[in-house]
Amino acid sequence: MSCNETIKKVLLLGSGAIKIGEAGEFDYAGAQAIKALREEGIKVILVNPNIATIQSDKKFVDEVYFVPLTSEFLEKVIEKERPDGILLSFGGQTALNAGMELYEKGILEKYNVEVLGTGIFAIETCDNRDEFRKLMVKNDIPIPKSKKANSIDEALEAAKEIGYPVMIRVAYTLGGQGSGVAYNFKELTEIAARGLAYSRINQILIEEYVGKWKEIEYEVMRDSADNCTIVCNMENWDPMGVHTGESIVVAPSQTLTNREYHELRMLSFKVIRALGIVGESNIQFAVHPDKEEYRVIEVNSRLSRSSALASKATGYPIAYIAAKLAAGYTLPELVNKVTGVTTACFEPALDYITIKIPRWDFQKFKNVSRRIGTQMKSVGEVMAIGRTFEETIQKAVRMLDIGKELTDVDDIRPDLEKIRYELEFPTDKRIFYVVKALQVGMAIDEIHMLSGIDEWFLYKIKNIVGFENKLRNSELLPNLLKEAKQLGFSDKKIGKLVGKSEDEIRRLRKSFGIIPVAKQIDTLAAEWPAVTNYLYLTYHGNADDIDFQRKNKIIVLGSGCYRIGSSVEFDWCCVNMAWALKDKGVGEVIMINYNPETVSTDYDILDKLYFEELTLERVLDIAEKENVDGVVVSVGGQIPNNVALKLVDNGIKILGTSAENIDRSEDRAKFSAILDELKIPQPIWSRLENLENAKRFAQEIGYPVLIRPSYVLSGSAMQVVNDEHELENYLKVAADVSREHPVVISKFFIESREVEVDAVSDGENVFIGAILEHAEEAGVHSGDATISIPTITISEDVKTKIRDYTRKIAKELRIKGPFNIQYLVKNGNVYVIECNLRASRSMPFVSKTVGVNLMGLAANVFLGSKVDDSEAVPTRWAVKSPQFSFMRLEGADPVTSVDMASTGEVACFGKDFNEAFLKSLIASGFKLPKKTILLSTGPMKTKMYLLESVMKLVEIGFELYATEGTAKFLESNGIKTTILHWPLDGKEPNASTFISGGKIDLVINIPKSYEEEEITNDHLIRRKAVEFGVPIITNAELVKILAGALEKPISLGI
Amino acid sequence: MVGYPESLTDPSYYGQILVQTYPLIGNYAVSSHKITNNFGIPLHFESDRIQVTGYCISELQKNPSHWAQEETLDEWLKKEKVPGIYGIDTRELTKKLRIKGVMLGILNIAEEIDMQEIESKTNSIEDPNTRNLVKTVSVDKVVEYNSGNSPKVVLIDCGVKFGILRELLARNVDVIRVPYDFSAEKILSYNPAGIVVSNGPGDPKMCVKTIETVRGFLETDIPLMGICLGNQILGLAAGGDTYKLKFGHRAQNHPCMDLQTKNVYITTQNHGYTIKPESLENTNFVVSHINVNDKTVEGIRHKSKPVFGVQWHPEGPGPLESGFLFDNFIRGIKNVVQ
Repeated sequence: MSCNETIKKVLLLGSGAIKIGEAGEFDYAGAQAIKALREEGIKVILVNPNIATIQSDKKFVDEVYFVPLTSEFLEKVIEKERPDGILLSFGGQTALNAGMELYEKGILEKYNVEVLGTGIFAIETCDNRDEFRKLMVKNDIPIPKSKKANSIDEALEAAKEIGYPVMIRVAYTLGGQGSGVAYNFKELTEIAARGLAYSRINQILIEEYVGKWKEIEYEVMRDSADNCTIVCNMENWDPMGVHTGESIVVAPSQTLTNREYHELRMLSFKVIRALGIVGESNIQFAVHPDKEEYRVIEVNSRLSRSSALASKATGYPIAYIAAKLAAGYTLPELVNKVTGVTTACFEPALDYITIKIPRWDFQKFKNVSRRIGTQMKSVGEVMAIGRTFEETIQKAVRMLDIGKELTDVDDIRPDLEKIRYELEFPTDKRIFYVVKALQVGMAIDEIHMLSGIDEWFLYKIKNIVGFENKLRNSELLPNLLKEAKQLGFSDKKIGKLVGKSEDEIRRLRKSFGIIPVAKQIDTLAAEWPAVTNYLYLTYHGNADDIDFQRKNKIIVLGSGCYRIGSSVEFDWCCVNMAWALKDKGVGEVIMINYNPETVSTDYDILDKLYFEELTLERVLDIAEKENVDGVVVSVGGQIPNNVALKLVDNGIKILGTSAENIDRSEDRAKFSAILDELKIPQPIWSRLENLENAKRFAQEIGYPVLIRPSYVLSGSAMQVVNDEHELENYLKVAADVSREHPVVISKFFIESREVEVDAVSDGENVFIGAILEHAEEAGVHSGDATISIPTITISEDVKTKIRDYTRKIAKELRIKGPFNIQYLVKNGNVYVIECNLRASRSMPFVSKTVGVNLMGLAANVFLGSKVDDSEAVPTRWAVKSPQFSFMRLEGADPVTSVDMASTGEVACFGKDFNEAFLKSLIASGFKLPKKTILLSTGPMKTKMYLLESVMKLVEIGFELYATEGTAKFLESNGIKTTILHWPLDGKEPNASTFISGGKIDLVINIPKSYEEEEITNDHLIRRKAVEFGVPIITNAELVKILAGALEKPISLGI
Repeated sequence: MVGYPESLTDPSYYGQILVQTYPLIGNYAVSSHKITNNFGIPLHFESDRIQVTGYCISELQKNPSHWAQEETLDEWLKKEKVPGIYGIDTRELTKKLRIKGVMLGILNIAEEIDMQEIESKTNSIEDPNTRNLVKTVSVDKVVEYNSGNSPKVVLIDCGVKFGILRELLARNVDVIRVPYDFSAEKILSYNPAGIVVSNGPGDPKMCVKTIETVRGFLETDIPLMGICLGNQILGLAAGGDTYKLKFGHRAQNHPCMDLQTKNVYITTQNHGYTIKPESLENTNFVVSHINVNDKTVEGIRHKSKPVFGVQWHPEGPGPLESGFLFDNFIRGIKNVVQ
């Protein structure tokens, strides 16, 4: 068998916006699939409204549609393009769901589109617990025993059969309400009674409890000729009970014997064969910690986050191969691209260890629970590579970029009770509690009993903790320093422990000849010669794997770990910058990045990849080894930006704007002085030194005021305060945000417009990519705002001012490269609020909308060329909408503010604003209301503001429900609504039950800032809407825009 | 990444210094020999002692963790008086071995290595391949494993791994394990329903006597299966030839293709020699399997009789999917018996 000749055109579904559970890994997976298919001469049509992806670049794919992944839009695409086949496995659950919808509605059949690779049967079976269980049982594959029970007696009977402890699950409730673990008859009676009451159908499931069993994953490939291979297996440090997306994960497995490893391997084959997977699949096992017993827990019939991780951990291009298999190839027909000669039908051998740690951003959300468990809440992840566990875990913690290293646990009090609790009921901080527990002398087996973490891992952490004590009291002799480096301690940390600076330690170790070596990830543990440039650094080695050739070399620093505020858009910037540099003749472009979800860490995208930290120490190590000509620091967001000035201090050349001018833009006082000199207005501001001065200043300029620390990207801890009381509260929380960078307050303009400029300058000329306007009033973080190109309300006069200011600032700061300036517009006046001399979040959006690649222009500038002093002209409307992940975050309040809360974004095009806006809104998962709307329109001011919009909604024919105050207000204005009582009233008809009963299509809930009870009630309504997947709008302008857009019938094209 | 207790006790490694590419060794310690199958054969080992002469790894795990652990790797090596060395850049060493081929080695630990002293010692190292290694690792008398009222299989022990015994016994046959140089008459006196020629260390051409014995069996209709060294012996007995590979195969991830079905199996391999394919041209044998990577011979079979050999280890340790080869062998026995 080889490539299926009848397939000439394929439709590939992407995963849409980045959200919790679906992140950059699907840009990577889709990009690999596109590459694999186009190599075969197959035309690939992509549908993905995530405009910041690399897969959706014109140069990457034959045709791309930025439209919602719903069957209505997809059918239009299919009708127009008439593809022969469709790929559903490369766009996460979003693509699978969209594909299933197409199948169920008969659209695939109607247009004769074949599902390539893994078929409908496997997709359906994996998504249906009952069918899945039946198939596993039929094939003699062990799964946790499970029985349904409709009464306490039945529950007790079931438990007797299964054996205690048992897990009780409640059928048909959200968020695991009423579930629990019973260790005996008595506990079961209690939990079962509660569970039966919770269940809508009076049914509970009694299941074998596998909590604290080892959690092991296998990544399996299968071709249409039934050849199967394992790409790698992985062991979760957190045992069963913590979602693998929330777990620290190690590849390969560390604590399995040969027998266990291979029995699980054979089981994996059995599972993948039973399902008939063609391509790749991820299988999760529970493994008994005290005997050879296994259970299959879950199967992903598609590419997943774990498969992206496995790809990066092994160097085996899983998605690329899976796409080839879908196109008809068999595994032995394909070549291992790393060696260029051996076959892809093999199993990678690792001679290193990799560790993944999730990154959470709980501090961004109000009221959110930090407990981690069976729900995924993390927003990103890092992967570190090393040759010992200690070296690797220390790297990984630094990569998280949370301002601490593994052993920085002084913020945890040595309170044994609290430590025990945190070990047993984990949060994002569990690993630090493990460190603390070891520091205070808790025994390994106690930590193990509480956490279920295998002792093997705990001993490794103990090695680090123990060595740290030794280091504190010793002289830094070469052997000791070498050991410290081998255990993964950074120069900075060693310096702290012995009272020296990072720089002193660096010089000392170099004088001892202690420098790391570069090793290859070659898939074969050096058994065959490899041509790969996929590298990591380690202190466990005698020699580098590669020769460092002398040629013109440039390093591009990647964007690091995704978090709220920094995501796939910066990976797009990095990859496009690297490609552009290569196109323009740079001898070797080197990427440094450590995020396994990215395209930039796909080793064959660039000349050379260091899967490494973006710390000053590591970047210097690499720059010195490679003897590079320059480093690009301005396209990967805040992380690389943070090391820019220090690199210059260490004699490394950075490309673009000079260090001095970067400093002039980042130092608020200096920048402010520049604006004054240029006669460019800015909101009045002051540096906050103490509470008294702050109060006086705020009084002077008048509330509301904006408070923020300097050097932040995503508005972390930034807040608008409306009065002195709020100001005091805020300062108590934010006082220790950053001692190095004090807190600043500035005048906040209400009812003003926010406008941004994305541009590239060569120091004289400025090319303006676009002037963008936020649909919402100023006060919504630019990452959470709905943004339009061209502007919606800005007059030509004001735009002229904006252009003029932009050019003046660029010239004054001699900006060489990409930059972004944010402006406030009020009453025809334009104020500068922020200027960043680096690529912005919106640059992929701008580049694709206007058809000019801003990274390409920036690369020209970096290499000494000029840009045109001009501006791109948009030929269509484009609207970017945020994607929130509130559903995943138990308790989090779905309101937007100056602090960013969205996890991703989409953008769509239209012939006018309304079309682009509605498409974009739908693409972010918003279902347009059909009939019913629940209104709580907030304070009197917004009630008034929205009156006209509500009238429009009535005219359109919506049936309106409202909470009491809103209903009364509307009635007095002649609009009839049905009153729904507040959730806390408990009376029917109640807002809460109407939402959960599916009787409301859209919730409009504008937050108020008075009366505690109303706030709680509002919060309950918003959470209810989020949990039941009912669309919700919390911003008044958005309501107005939506009402305006729905006013006249509109056809939404592709 | 897994399987160090099995590798260390694999008789095919007898006389060698074993280098592991995976850097963390000893994670799950060493299991008890008391964990066995119904015939008392340990499940986690390939023989009852460490067979390698020396062991070379990157990081020794001092705090292993596994429910089946009995002693640490370090304790076990010490108990069996086998020297090991850790802290070695085994990747760098592997690259040297890859380029220059398997070579003689010396384990030496010192603050300052005296290269002159080492070099002076190199001439006095004995090349294990010049010795009759098979003789050393084979049993010296017959061992019978009685599973009951079943067909008898004679297992010619050239350094047999427990894995082969486990696989055969799991299929309800009696196994008569005989020394490598047992004569054909003696073997036939057991009236075997089938014969297995085991794996073992070194150059197959050293096993002159075994080759001759096997050649005799090829005249009969007795089903026969050769594994690894046993496959090479079968090839030589058939009139073929063997040679030393430039890059020996030693890993758990080698893909082998069945030339008839085109199916590929991931296999465990440990061999430095293989059969020359063209040498089989005028014999009754054909190449049945090849290595997908370097296309070398991985299996041969008789054109008409139930006689075959594979160059890899269907018994593991490692991938288990080619365990069906034992089923095929047993099926061959049953067909003949019928």
